[in-house]
Amino acid sequence: MTRAAPRLLRLGSALSLVLLWQVAAWWWPSSLLPTPLAVLDLAVHDTLHGPLLHDLGATLRRVALAFVIAMLAGSAIGILMGRRRTLDLLLDPWLMLFLNLPALVVIILAYVWFGLAESTAVLAIAVNKVPQVVLTLREGARTLEPDYQELAQSFRLGWYKRLRYVTLPQLLPYLALAARSGLSLIWKLVLVAELLGRNDGIGFELHLFFQLFNVTGILAYSLAFILVMLAIEYGLLQPLERAANRWRR
Amino acid sequence: MNALPTAGDAEGAPGGPRPSLADIRVARKVYPDPATGRERLILDRVAFTVGPAEFVALVGPSGCGKSTLLHLIAGLDQSFTGSIRWPGTPDGRRPRLGYCFQNPRLLPWLTLRGNIDLVLDDPAARAAAVDTLLTTMGLTAVGHFPANRLSVGMQRRAALARAFAVQPRLLLMDEPFVSLDAPTAGQLRGLLLDLCERQRPTVIFVTHDLYEATLLADRLLFLSAPPARVIGAVEVGIARDRRRREALVDARYAELKALFRALYQDAADGPEQPAKDGTDAWLDLRSHGDSCVRDV
Repeated sequence: MTRAAPRLLRLGSALSLVLLWQVAAWWWPSSLLPTPLAVLDLAVHDTLHGPLLHDLGATLRRVALAFVIAMLAGSAIGILMGRRRTLDLLLDPWLMLFLNLPALVVIILAYVWFGLAESTAVLAIAVNKVPQVVLTLREGARTLEPDYQELAQSFRLGWYKRLRYVTLPQLLPYLALAARSGLSLIWKLVLVAELLGRNDGIGFELHLFFQLFNVTGILAYSLAFILVMLAIEYGLLQPLERAANRWRR
Repeated sequence: MNALPTAGDAEGAPGGPRPSLADIRVARKVYPDPATGRERLILDRVAFTVGPAEFVALVGPSGCGKSTLLHLIAGLDQSFTGSIRWPGTPDGRRPRLGYCFQNPRLLPWLTLRGNIDLVLDDPAARAAAVDTLLTTMGLTAVGHFPANRLSVGMQRRAALARAFAVQPRLLLMDEPFVSLDAPTAGQLRGLLLDLCERQRPTVIFVTHDLYEATLLADRLLFLSAPPARVIGAVEVGIARDRRRREALVDARYAELKALFRALYQDAADGPEQPAKDGTDAWLDLRSHGDSCVRDV
């Protein structure tokens, strides 16, 4: 297989999906299953003349904020739980509770208790993601090599050097795992939060289209956002992960 | 042979008392046995002092607790009864350490040079000194290599360079040359002698190789099979600048070997150690050829 072959295979697979969709739309002509071209038309129109870009931006901002908060809080708690046995025992029931709490419940309760505000939405989404980050990073902290800890201790490395050069490189695979699964979960939750209590964003628009049974709109807006998330995944997260793992053989 | 100080003379060194850097008195150190959960005694009344710039070798069978003892001295493990004091430092605290672990322990995500710079307080100020050290070790060409791309011999040299780069007052070495081929090990022993000459650190060197101990150390402490006690102490009595004379070292080695055998035979005859055959199993009496130390 040549170097280009895997890429071609992937592209072919994606195109066959579009083709399948087109064939289905021919077979069952209905406004409830628009053709790919009709969806593309609406997407281009709303990008140029409609609210699509504004909504994309609003949703993306919420995703980014909730992601950063969840990663920071979840990593800190997870690493501490992995390193301190008493803290682990103490917080484990909480972790189990929050892991099994439906995201919808958290979002609804947050809106009810703290009002339909931007910060409420972002925090509620972050709270939904924190337990998974904690779980992943706790596992990572447990696998920290004691040999390297001893090395750091006997050569008396300061806290910054320990964190930056000894601990973080060992945790990177776990951070990457939490980040990638986190992003895909968070953007789905953001749509729910927008649908329930925001005046803009992709989720808000989906809500409007749903009331009108406008499937073309639903597909156009959700596909536009999926494209943005794919671009972040392939253009940002995967290259970052590769760079971080370059030292591995 | 009667001139040799023998078992029980753990603290004494012929030639009068010397001001000590470290005063090590470990009364008891236990580990929980992973199988039974019961406590297993590892170190039992191990006490000795180490003078400034002295090179002490701890000799004993594998698994007798030598590494554990180094851990305690380095302060990596605080759970033992007894005390480790530092009368030779101004503030009475543990002096600056260099530690050569049994495995090289280079961080694989850093380059060789990065690993050394990491342990320095001010790498920029010490850049020239590290350059010299890398040249001495024959590592200049691979300084920018990721640590996990180096051969085992290079990794051991890098670990040695790292330990020396911090200019330690106390150098702890845990069988640093084990599992190396004889020429490389010999070359590294030569380097160690050179570097000790230059920086004059106090060295506590763990080994089960009596020839290596004779070649490198000023004083040997013999540890028994577990639970480890100091069952003998002896001055090697070869000046530092005469360590490269093989005839001298070989002759002394032959003497020490006899002492060594008697010592561990006695220990094996004791009531606590019914097994007689355990003595020679770890006693490394293969003939050491001229490859043991080489000029570099």
